[in-house]
Amino acid sequence: MAVVTSYMCLAVPTRVVAVNGNLATVNVQGVHTQARLDALGEPVAIGDYLLVHAGFAIRRLDPEDARETLRLFDEIFALQAEDG
Amino acid sequence: MPHTGFEMSPDPFRLRDPLRARAFADLLARWTPPRPVRIVHVCGTHEITIAQHGLRELLPDGVEVLEGPGCPVCVTSTRDLDRAVKLAESGAIVCTFGDMTRVPGTRRTLAEARAEGADVRVVLSAADAVAIARKHPDRPVVFFAVGFETTAPGTAAVLLDSPPANFSVLCTHKLIPPALSALMSTPPVHIDAFLAPGHVSTVIGARAYAEVAERFHVPIVVGGFEPLDVLYALWLALRELREGRAEVENAYPRAVTADGNRRAQELLARAFEPCDAVWRGIGTIPASGLRIREDLARWDAERRFAIEGEPGEERPPGCRCPDVLMARAVPADCPLFRTACTPLSPVGPCMVGTEGACHVWYRYGGRPKL
Ligand code: SF4
Repeated sequence: MAVVTSYMCLAVPTRVVAVNGNLATVNVQGVHTQARLDALGEPVAIGDYLLVHAGFAIRRLDPEDARETLRLFDEIFALQAEDG
Repeated sequence: MPHTGFEMSPDPFRLRDPLRARAFADLLARWTPPRPVRIVHVCGTHEITIAQHGLRELLPDGVEVLEGPGCPVCVTSTRDLDRAVKLAESGAIVCTFGDMTRVPGTRRTLAEARAEGADVRVVLSAADAVAIARKHPDRPVVFFAVGFETTAPGTAAVLLDSPPANFSVLCTHKLIPPALSALMSTPPVHIDAFLAPGHVSTVIGARAYAEVAERFHVPIVVGGFEPLDVLYALWLALRELREGRAEVENAYPRAVTADGNRRAQELLARAFEPCDAVWRGIGTIPASGLRIREDLARWDAERRFAIEGEPGEERPPGCRCPDVLMARAVPADCPLFRTACTPLSPVGPCMVGTEGACHVWYRYGGRPKL
């Protein structure tokens, strides 16, 4: 799906393949594109995941947080089942 | 392009397994409030997730989810569109995001102006517009800036980065919390809770909604864009309603903090100041727009070029976009939906923007469970 060009509003997780000052080269579903780092305010390294919106990174994402969310969901399911 | 091997690895941020979705559907059913409730989101990307994955099928009877003014393309006023068209007709290179070229103003779209010789270019980023300006130093280049708090930091960044003298911005950025207030204070109001947009919240922080939640006693849950993110957020909203709470909750902590992205906020504060803004189909919302600050005035297209839009607001006859944008109707309520109005020949702005409710419903058949 050509998300990069279709939706102006969609911010997508991308992966950093190179950093050059204020500019990162990121991989979005197999396509390499540029992301500016002006609006990020935290250091970036190769391999990091970035949430990029309209060409600007707005947040670094940690895959561990996504796994954490899934664990939270499973806890909720278990708790709610007990309350049953 | 070298193959990095990454493309094939599973995306850790895809939260969409059917088993957990089912478990959430059960939870939603158990927490359904006794009376019917309407939860309003204000983000085209939420609508795409909901429609594409058929999440409305998982909602219990009596729980309705609607898209409000969540598509920046749809809420851009005809006056602003007219001004962009006039700038293009007067010889400026006008750069903007793709959908914007196809929304009609009073007389015509930017794409129509381009067909008659105007120089209108589609960009993916404010930085692309600056690059075009550098390439054409002898011509005025105007970036027609639309979008919410997610998009505005990029515009701020280029404005603060000494862009070339021939570059300017027609700034129509808009803010989400004032829009939520407007929805809650324009009767008739049938909104029980909000699903707040995840990536706008990445920038402004979950706390930014606290005032609205308190003032209108309405639950506001910040949600992400994976199907499980949306279901989780909806469950939190139902739980608040059942327990009589009206708080801000963050169902998207991997991308949103209470305070948001300070650097982006700082860019916004240095480049812009709040102003009243006209939202198409809704009207003027106080302090819901961003205007370029005085010290950056030389890059402000509005101050630089005397351009006026046509007076009044163009409203296609029969189009229910105003009701759709106010979350009072869904696209299927409009008699023109899928008949006179399709993405190939759109009648109203909600069918043009790929994030517009009518467009999303047309593409994914997002008719809710009745
Ligand atoms: S279907 Fe078309 S005419 Fe009807 S509300 Fe949507 S955009 Fe307007």
